[in-house]
Amino acid sequence: MTRSQIRLMVAAAILCLVAAPYVLNPFSITLLNYIGIYSLAAIGLALLTGVGGIVSFGQAAFVGVAAYTTAWTSALSGYSPWVGLLLAIILTCGIAAILGFVTLRLQGHFLSLSTVAWGLAIAFLFGNIDELGSHNGLSGIPPISIGSLALVEGWQIYFLIWGIVAGVLVLLYNLLDSRIGRAMRTLRGGNTLVESLGISAFQIKLLTFVLAAFLGALSGWLYAHLSRFISPGPFEAGMGIEYLMMAMVGGSGSILGGVVGAAIVTLLKNTVQDYLPLLAKGASGQLEIVAFSALFILFLQRARQGIVPLLARFLPEPKRSRPQPAAALPRREQPAAGTLLLQVKEVQRRFGGLVAVNNVSFQVRSGEILGLIGPNGAGKSTIFNLLTGALRVNSGEIAFAGRPITRDGQCRIARAGIARTFQHVKLRPRMTLLDNVLLGTHSRTKTGLFAGALRLNRAEEASARYEALRQLERVGLGDKPFELAGDLPLGNQRVLEIARALAADPTLLVLDEPAAGLRRQEKLKLAELLRSLRTDRLTILLVEHDMEFVMALVDRIVVLDFGSKLCEGEPAAIRNDARVQEAYLGGVA
Amino acid sequence: MTMDIATILGIDGIATGAIYALVAIGTVLIFTVTRVIFIPFGDIAAFTALTLAALETKRVPGTFGLVIVLACLACLMEVVSLVRGGALRETPRAAFFYLALPLMAVGIVWVAMRYDPPMAVRIVLALLLIMPISPLLDRIVFRPVADASVLLLLTVSVALHFALVGLGLLFFGPEGVRTEPLTAFSMEIAGIHVSGQTILIVVAAMVFSGLLFLFFDFTLTGKALRATAINRTGARLMGIRPARSGTIAYLLGSLMAGVSGILIAPVNTIFYDSGFLIGLKAFVGAIVGGMTSYPGAALGSLGVGILESFASFQSGAFKDVIVFSLLIPILLWRSLASEHSEEEVEE
Repeated sequence: MTRSQIRLMVAAAILCLVAAPYVLNPFSITLLNYIGIYSLAAIGLALLTGVGGIVSFGQAAFVGVAAYTTAWTSALSGYSPWVGLLLAIILTCGIAAILGFVTLRLQGHFLSLSTVAWGLAIAFLFGNIDELGSHNGLSGIPPISIGSLALVEGWQIYFLIWGIVAGVLVLLYNLLDSRIGRAMRTLRGGNTLVESLGISAFQIKLLTFVLAAFLGALSGWLYAHLSRFISPGPFEAGMGIEYLMMAMVGGSGSILGGVVGAAIVTLLKNTVQDYLPLLAKGASGQLEIVAFSALFILFLQRARQGIVPLLARFLPEPKRSRPQPAAALPRREQPAAGTLLLQVKEVQRRFGGLVAVNNVSFQVRSGEILGLIGPNGAGKSTIFNLLTGALRVNSGEIAFAGRPITRDGQCRIARAGIARTFQHVKLRPRMTLLDNVLLGTHSRTKTGLFAGALRLNRAEEASARYEALRQLERVGLGDKPFELAGDLPLGNQRVLEIARALAADPTLLVLDEPAAGLRRQEKLKLAELLRSLRTDRLTILLVEHDMEFVMALVDRIVVLDFGSKLCEGEPAAIRNDARVQEAYLGGVA
Repeated sequence: MTMDIATILGIDGIATGAIYALVAIGTVLIFTVTRVIFIPFGDIAAFTALTLAALETKRVPGTFGLVIVLACLACLMEVVSLVRGGALRETPRAAFFYLALPLMAVGIVWVAMRYDPPMAVRIVLALLLIMPISPLLDRIVFRPVADASVLLLLTVSVALHFALVGLGLLFFGPEGVRTEPLTAFSMEIAGIHVSGQTILIVVAAMVFSGLLFLFFDFTLTGKALRATAINRTGARLMGIRPARSGTIAYLLGSLMAGVSGILIAPVNTIFYDSGFLIGLKAFVGAIVGGMTSYPGAALGSLGVGILESFASFQSGAFKDVIVFSLLIPILLWRSLASEHSEEEVEE
């Protein structure tokens, strides 16, 4: 699909939306208004759940906070609804920031359970505060006015609602295609990779969480001024799961899915309300929720991907153009060859009673390739995790470029200039090769949330994209930058990780078994690449089992056995060392 | 607040907490064996109370319809999946377990109802009728997604709860019920009046927790359940079927939830939707035990009960707000205390 075809489709969609109020009857317009309002909350949830991987049952509570804030401001205190909007956004985002700050360090299902907890607590508050009308709710909420025009009729507020929805969609699409958005898309699938790229997972989660709450606030504000009356009902736990249903049915991970899901669920609900009374008289209310929950369960069992990704498969692939040459990103000053870069001093790490790394010391000098070898279970990967901050040492010191990093987290160590690959490949399989490598440039670029959403970042983005392509070409994957990372064979996925690490412009490259799964020819190419990196004054520390590969490549070797350092030296000396032969072969044959 | 009031609130809280503890232990049991966070346990407790009330007033309990519908659905699903898998010979067995057994329970209760049974028998009948519901729901709802992530199972579980609330209203109607007191006995301990009901609740909670402990430690089935809880694949390799372990866990859990429903029904008026709050508060207790420890869950539930009792004395309207807000610091503590594997959240 070409760019102009996409533009044509977008234009047709906008035309349909603009024309709708002139064609449809008032009832349909009301329905569309509610779809638009629910869309906003559902888009927020699609962002949080689908993109960020944080399942929240509490979105309805945020919508409620905003609705009650604006109702209190306009109906009870007599201010303009626009003041209400401002207060609603401030209060909702504030509460979200506090809740997020407290809960977002929780992991997996604990985090989702906490959303059930505060969602319920907030909903109970609405029903029990007398000043907010308790269970009876608040009425007499004024309509929104633009200048002297009060948006009383359905078709009048229609334009406001869908204008906001369209604006939100455009801004979010921009955002997700920018630096911060890529970091958000990386959240799904674990923190280790995110942090190793120099991205603070907690900050990005908090940002996503507050953004989702902000969209909930917009939804709540519009809801209050459209229905002109609010009660606790629409903000209780049941609605929270309905929003989740909208986001998931539409296709979590897809922003447009929020709108599609809201439309499907609202229309379905409407139809169910029409037909259920025919099936069972007088019992329609309860049957409705049964039917709905049953449909949702069926959906979760059968089609978890959602509608939009399903339909997208039938659309022709969008044509994307290769990044064009652009100004280079700023580079790090590499230290002079031969200076002390990494100092590991008497490092110890225990797992319960097992001492995985026992008083190991070694040094890495700038510009060399150091190989770390040893039989299985020798503690090589543990050392890597200690160096990169994925694990903490029990005792000992680690210093990088003259600065102690023993107590630093992964994120800070990555920013200091250590880039790594993983023994078990960590990529985002549903992102393209280019996007995966672009993640590496995160710490070298600056574009923030607003600049990304408003596309004020074109120059930097172009530089970053060109840099990512250059690194892909350098490792030999430059011919298909838009293929999905998950479609690569395992060996090439390892190579892709190297490209991602290189995109961070590191001082020290830490490679965990880079040659595993590669064919002989590919191994030779990889060795050549690593040698060329050494020529560029990059320092490399690598773990590898393929002795031929290691011996031909590295300058020095450190041998580990059972967590302790056995010896270190040049490859030829190591090859002839009796202790090494004994560790590997169990005694001189 | 005087010492007397505090004591009364404390005793009240312990009784409420003991009821939550029964449900919480069931929740932990299901979670460890199947990884499902079974929110609807509270509903099971409420349905038991409603069933017992119907039996007392000689009305046909709505549970009949519920069990029959679920049994037909589960049997249909099982038979379809067997036919698809080409295992036609297994269908009579499936029909027996998923259709005949639940219908037999309905039949027994239906016949027994005519003879105006005494209270003890009525309680047994109510439990008999309630026990098939969870295993049937397991077959219908959770078995098709048994290998999904904990998060997806949780989402399914929350949706299932809302379906059950709707079904509850449909089958039991909107009226609240309160059953006959189980005992008229009461006593004074150090000048404080303690009702027999309170003592009964605490004793029942202890007895059933004790029985569960014995079951796990001294029977082969119990050990198989524990094995499934620790490692599903490993258990499967040892010839233990996780699905069967799941069914047993659901049966046991239902029994615990049912007992708690019977204990709470004479004290509180129970509606079709009362289960949600019972279930969630039990669940808060279960989380104190990290969703894995039975004593932890029991202690946590007691804590929730006592907290709720004092909170409702301070401010009746906000007691639920207080209880659920408290969950957040507990979750924080639990999350920090437990190690998580990265693989669990991988795409």
